[in-house]
Amino acid sequence: MFTEASNFAAGVDQAFKIIFGISIFILIGITTVMITFVVKYRRSKHPKAEQIKDNTILEITWTLIPLAIALLMFYYGYTAFRPQRDFPKDAMNVTVVSKMWAWSFVYPGDKESDVLVLPLNKAVILNLTSLDVIHSFYIPAFRQKEDCVPGKVNQMWFIPTMAGEFWVLCAEYCGMNHSYMEAKVKVVPESEYKAWINALPKKAAEPEGLTIIKKNACTGCHSIDGTKLVSTSFKGIYGKKSIVLTEGKEHTVTVDAAYINSSIFEPDKDIVKGLPKGVMKSYKGIVRDDEVSKIIEYLKSIK
Amino acid sequence: MAEAITHSYLENTGRYKGILAWLTSTDHKRIGLMYMYAMMVFFIVGVLLGELMRLELFRPGQQFITAQTYNGVFTIHGIIMIFTVVIPGLAAVFGNFSMPLLIGAHDVAFPRLNLFSWYLYILGAAIALSSQFMGNGPPDTGWTFYAPYSIQTHTNVVAAVFGAFVLGFSSILTGLNFIVTIHRFRAPGMTFFRMPLFPWSLYATAWIQVLATPIVGITLLMVIAERWLRIGFFDPSLGGDPILYQHLFWIYSHPAVYIMILPAMGVITEIIPTFAQRRVFGYKAIALSSLAIALVGYFVWAHHMYTSGMSITARWVFSLLTFLVAVPSAIKVFNWVTTMYKGSIAVKPPFLFALGFIILFMIGGLTGLSLGSLATDIHVHDTAYVVAHFHYIVFGGVGFAFFAALHYWYPKMYGRMYNFKRANIAFIFMFVGFNLLYFPQFVLGLMGMPRRYFDYLPQFTLGEQISSIGGFILLVGIIIMLVNLFSRKGGKAPDNPWGGTTLEWSIPSPPPHENFDKLPVITGEPYDYE
Ligand code: HEC
Ligand code: HEM
Ligand SMILES: [Cu+2]
Ligand SMILES: [Cu+2]
Repeated sequence: MFTEASNFAAGVDQAFKIIFGISIFILIGITTVMITFVVKYRRSKHPKAEQIKDNTILEITWTLIPLAIALLMFYYGYTAFRPQRDFPKDAMNVTVVSKMWAWSFVYPGDKESDVLVLPLNKAVILNLTSLDVIHSFYIPAFRQKEDCVPGKVNQMWFIPTMAGEFWVLCAEYCGMNHSYMEAKVKVVPESEYKAWINALPKKAAEPEGLTIIKKNACTGCHSIDGTKLVSTSFKGIYGKKSIVLTEGKEHTVTVDAAYINSSIFEPDKDIVKGLPKGVMKSYKGIVRDDEVSKIIEYLKSIK
Repeated sequence: MAEAITHSYLENTGRYKGILAWLTSTDHKRIGLMYMYAMMVFFIVGVLLGELMRLELFRPGQQFITAQTYNGVFTIHGIIMIFTVVIPGLAAVFGNFSMPLLIGAHDVAFPRLNLFSWYLYILGAAIALSSQFMGNGPPDTGWTFYAPYSIQTHTNVVAAVFGAFVLGFSSILTGLNFIVTIHRFRAPGMTFFRMPLFPWSLYATAWIQVLATPIVGITLLMVIAERWLRIGFFDPSLGGDPILYQHLFWIYSHPAVYIMILPAMGVITEIIPTFAQRRVFGYKAIALSSLAIALVGYFVWAHHMYTSGMSITARWVFSLLTFLVAVPSAIKVFNWVTTMYKGSIAVKPPFLFALGFIILFMIGGLTGLSLGSLATDIHVHDTAYVVAHFHYIVFGGVGFAFFAALHYWYPKMYGRMYNFKRANIAFIFMFVGFNLLYFPQFVLGLMGMPRRYFDYLPQFTLGEQISSIGGFILLVGIIIMLVNLFSRKGGKAPDNPWGGTTLEWSIPSPPPHENFDKLPVITGEPYDYE
């Protein structure tokens, strides 16, 4: 349940234990004293209250002791955290690419995988990126989490110390399927890792149209592999027949360049039957005309 | 005294009759009740939305609402609970009803502005709720409206954000009103250090309301401007910076936690001496720790952003300051408990709720320590652990303090009592249900269950189920409590049912329109039981 699978996990758990230990002691202590007072000085037993004067020494004591405890806890939290920010020089680098609602991992040599395979006992630096909104890369078993912020590269490092499979979850709310944005980390012996990475094919250069589609987060609603998200999939879209409502009237159109163009700039003109109006916003001023032709080029290519 | 001619504030004496007489009244006591009725409605709606989520989460997989609906539900649940219930909360209801009584004033400094603030509150709440029925569907950003998602989503974010903006104005004006009231309207002889401690806490709160709320106001307008005009403030695809949004948002929203909790601490500080028949221990320490919390509370906001990629310096500085702000809260707890020492304690419902408050607030506060500490927060940030922590503070703390205050001042408000036994039963259901509901969330968070999850991995099932069952026990408790309070069955309340020493207990229950026939002259400390 509380697997400690990275070099940092034990230190983090130690800080938890110290903080929780002291906290439970304080909680039980104060609650006991309070309930004792309530029982002992209940009115039926203790009809006349004694008016106790303030006591400065007592008050200074119970200011300084919590202060010391607070500083102690701060210190433990800090020292367990500090090494997480000292990035090793010779570590292997993997880029984490997040987008609604999937993770992918790009290895040196432009190899891409949707499972994060890592060699056991080797330091790794993850460069965390996002193509759309903020996500947060979280591996509970490693006690590690850092946000993937668009327009910025955050980093995280650790050494996996236990072989096995662990969950990667998204901890920053990122829209509809946030709770399904998960992946696996697979920690394997180094020889197995080497074999795996050698067999991993190079990432094909991405068609420009696809880059544009991803950049504008069209893929949040339109998949490119045939799965239905918010709207129709782009797979095989070019040339197919679409039933649309234009000003409430139903008719059939063939998806061609002109239709795609108007879908991008005036999405509410023709509404695909059965899909909501107003969900797709107009990309006027956001997607340029030359980009539209590249999108069309790309859509033609995925049959 | 010529009793026959003083009318209670509940009787209409002015131009209007019925509900109109309330809607046009500038009497602080009526405005306090009007806030309370509106807040009760919002609270009940919020609770039902919470229960809906708990039902959906009873089992892994989709039960009966879609992911998109669920996201909309936690968003509006958070917006309702934060912006329309706990932020105005005790300050708007009891700050209005009780504070002028406690300081010996006829009313607040600006009674019309006070009524105007109530209308702004209703307007803001109505705009925020309209987001559910208009535009492209309910907002799905969470109550935090994080950019760039809040810029990019097609749902009706603008209405929710604008509603929160208007609610902010209501809060600023109430704060301003209270600051001036406390400075100018204290009874003759009541120096600041002879003032009861609930007004003290409201005073500290009011400064936060006035100084911090404008920041979130402008931030929310920037979100609207960015959505409509596509100005790139926060969205990197427009050239903005999403981290800037987080800083601006939390510069307000962390101090907002103190806007909620300080008045809660204030009422607990009124209730404990009354039921222990003892002067409050460490009066000055309690008064000054309110100010200390308000002040230091401004400089801890980025503890919500430890995982955002901030520099190591920012991380440790904010962590250190966060630990410092924990100290004045601890001092208050010690003072409350010591006030019970050698008292003569009557465990009546307000006191019971106050005890519940202290325990739940301690759990909330102590679990906050691992969120302030760097190494540990990295693990539990944005998990169910945080959900548990803030419910312990805002519900266990602010919520239970609100119910304590309601049971405390209820006789003064209505001139009637309520059934003690039923109030106690309600408390037990609520306390047990509450802990069953939220305690498992700590464990789930430690196990790695992120927050705002519509669906979850099978290993979290047991915890989620206990939590859902607790939710329904809590609901039963809330219903018993409300029925008990609003069934109008209790007998007539005396002027001073609890033997309190503060000024509100020296006047009739319910009080007359202008509170005091003759302004009281204060010659000593407020909690004098000799
Ligand atoms: C928020 C979700 C969303 C995003 C993002 C989005 N769309 Fe759409 N799209 C829709 C919906 C819903 C429809 C159907 C309603 C309509 O026709 O307006 C649609 C319709 C379309 C159609 C017509 C599909 C058909 O089957 O006839 C095309 C083409 C299209 N979108 C292209 C794009 C492109 C290109 C982008 C990115 C620049 C994009 N969309 C971004 C939601 C989205
Ligand atoms: C019976 C009462 C309640 C129940 C059952 C309940 C339940 C829930 C649940 C299930 C969530 C979602 C947690 C998640 O995102 O993983 C939630 C979120 C939240 N609740 Fe409650 N809650 C209740 C009362 C309250 C009260 C009284 C307050 C405030 C005073 C409150 C404030 C919030 C806030 C701010 C959120 C976060 C919303 C967001 O993530 O944007 N809740 N609650
Ligand atoms: Cu996410
Ligand atoms: Cu905070």
